[in-house]
Amino acid sequence: MSTRAMDRSTSTYVVRDSVTMLRRNLLHWLRYPSLGIMLIAQPIAFLLLFVFVFGGTLGAGLPDVPGGGDRGDYLVFITPGILIMAVASVALGTAIEVALDMTGGIIARFRIMDIAKVSVLTGHVLGAVLKTMFAVAVTMVVALLLGYRSDAGVGGWLTALGLLVLMAVAFTWLTVGMGLAADSVETASNTPMILVMLPFVSSGFVPTDAMPWGLRHFAEHQPFTSMIDSLRALTSGADAGSDLWLAIGWSLLIAVLGYLWSKRLYTKVPTK
Amino acid sequence: MLCMTRNTAISLAGLRKKYGDNDVLRGVDLEVPEGTVYALLGPNGAGKTTVVNICSTLLTADAGEVRVAGYDVRADPDQVRRSIGVTGQFSAIDEFHTGRENLRLMADLNHLDRRRANRVIDELLERFELADAAGRRAQTYSGGMKRRLDLAMTLLGSPRLIFLDEPTTGLDPRSRRELWHIVREQVADGVTVLLTTQYLDEADQLAHRVGVLDGGRIVAEGTPAQLKSRVPGGQVEVRFTDAARLTEAAAVLPEATVDVEALTLRMANDGVASLRRLLDRLEDDAVAGLTVQSADLDDVFLALTGYPASPEDEADDENQLEAVR
Repeated sequence: MSTRAMDRSTSTYVVRDSVTMLRRNLLHWLRYPSLGIMLIAQPIAFLLLFVFVFGGTLGAGLPDVPGGGDRGDYLVFITPGILIMAVASVALGTAIEVALDMTGGIIARFRIMDIAKVSVLTGHVLGAVLKTMFAVAVTMVVALLLGYRSDAGVGGWLTALGLLVLMAVAFTWLTVGMGLAADSVETASNTPMILVMLPFVSSGFVPTDAMPWGLRHFAEHQPFTSMIDSLRALTSGADAGSDLWLAIGWSLLIAVLGYLWSKRLYTKVPTK
Repeated sequence: MLCMTRNTAISLAGLRKKYGDNDVLRGVDLEVPEGTVYALLGPNGAGKTTVVNICSTLLTADAGEVRVAGYDVRADPDQVRRSIGVTGQFSAIDEFHTGRENLRLMADLNHLDRRRANRVIDELLERFELADAAGRRAQTYSGGMKRRLDLAMTLLGSPRLIFLDEPTTGLDPRSRRELWHIVREQVADGVTVLLTTQYLDEADQLAHRVGVLDGGRIVAEGTPAQLKSRVPGGQVEVRFTDAARLTEAAAVLPEATVDVEALTLRMANDGVASLRRLLDRLEDDAVAGLTVQSADLDDVFLALTGYPASPEDEADDENQLEAVR
């Protein structure tokens, strides 16, 4: 046995191995761009659909705009929800990538190598966060091209960005778990759809006041609403108040639960 | 003997593993001395892969002691992982990466410094005849190339002990031979190999010792020659000049099998006595040809387990053709 092997301890290499796995993850996106393009296009398609098809009518119903809003007001109203869909959309892709990994033979190789075990998963998470930021940037460019303007200052935007990163980490750990729990790549591409659909039943696309009682109750208390309300406040220069803490709390909770769930699944996945 | 002075690379004692009600391993004992090749021979479902998975820390055993490279797999899995490499029948490569990138990935995970990594990668690509395809995605590789890349990735960490789980299953004869050649080179460098296979010729070609795994136990063990000598095995085949003579002979040799179209008669070769008995019953001018075959590992397998080993007759036929060429 070489001395190199003797004096290294597994935990020392968490960062190095995670970076190696991150590189692998990003290389997959370059080599298989159609999945990435589809995932980034999804929120943008919703943005265009909602602004141009529904925007005129829905904008007129916005309660906070004196005399009823227009298409432009509606664009400003839904952009936070669309940004969160971008986060959820990339997270969906992570579930697919993880499931692909688990069904392939290379995972057995990683398991029997003396590497930091968690790096197999953290590579996906780090990759997903970078890809989410890219997706968010592309979505913002499209929104700006459609006429989106913000009154918020740098502080507000930086806080919004921080919140988006935190949400990306949270949703990604959740979808890593979904990918590990799925028995096939097909299942892994279906279960996270809930993350893409849930923003519709929140304050993202219409004010919750317009919903029937039961649904409104759900919409007002589900995690996406506090996240969307926070983003909306931060990007319009308003004070996010308690919504921000609620959004951070939800994100941390989802991140920790997703991480623990994923770790448990990864260490016990049978290999036969 | 040389073997007596060698350290033990792998030792299994009373290894047991159950999947639900399925008793896969029911007490497996074996020892592999350092620098030798041990072939675990057995049909599909005999538990060969389970043995490899337990030895390589992928699975835990229900009972028994497993020591690999001097370490207990349960107590020191990380030490075991540092000493071993595994190549299985399902390719453990990244299909979206090129050949070079796959090796780079292994170099990074083995924490080699960049200059050393580049040198090792170039050497491996050259040695495994992958240099020309190094910049192509592994997706586009043939089965043989994928298996070679897989093995190169395993060897990049310079393991002293490698597990090859059905390394040539699904490969064409040429690729099998290439892989055998690489394994022999490794053994010449002092690497220990535990090989599982369904192919008897593979065990015959590569292994110092062979263990026959059946029903969750090692039912026989020894050098290929020892195993062959344990069964009476082999056959005598007599070709006749015409069908009438064949029928005549068949009438006095009820234990023989007759192939009328090929004008041949076959019977088990149990030694000189049975051969004499056969020859006594044949007319001199009735015989067009006579062949005596000694037992091969196929016969050993059949005698020990009650069923033939070779799962794919076509593959075997191809091998024979290849051998003839």
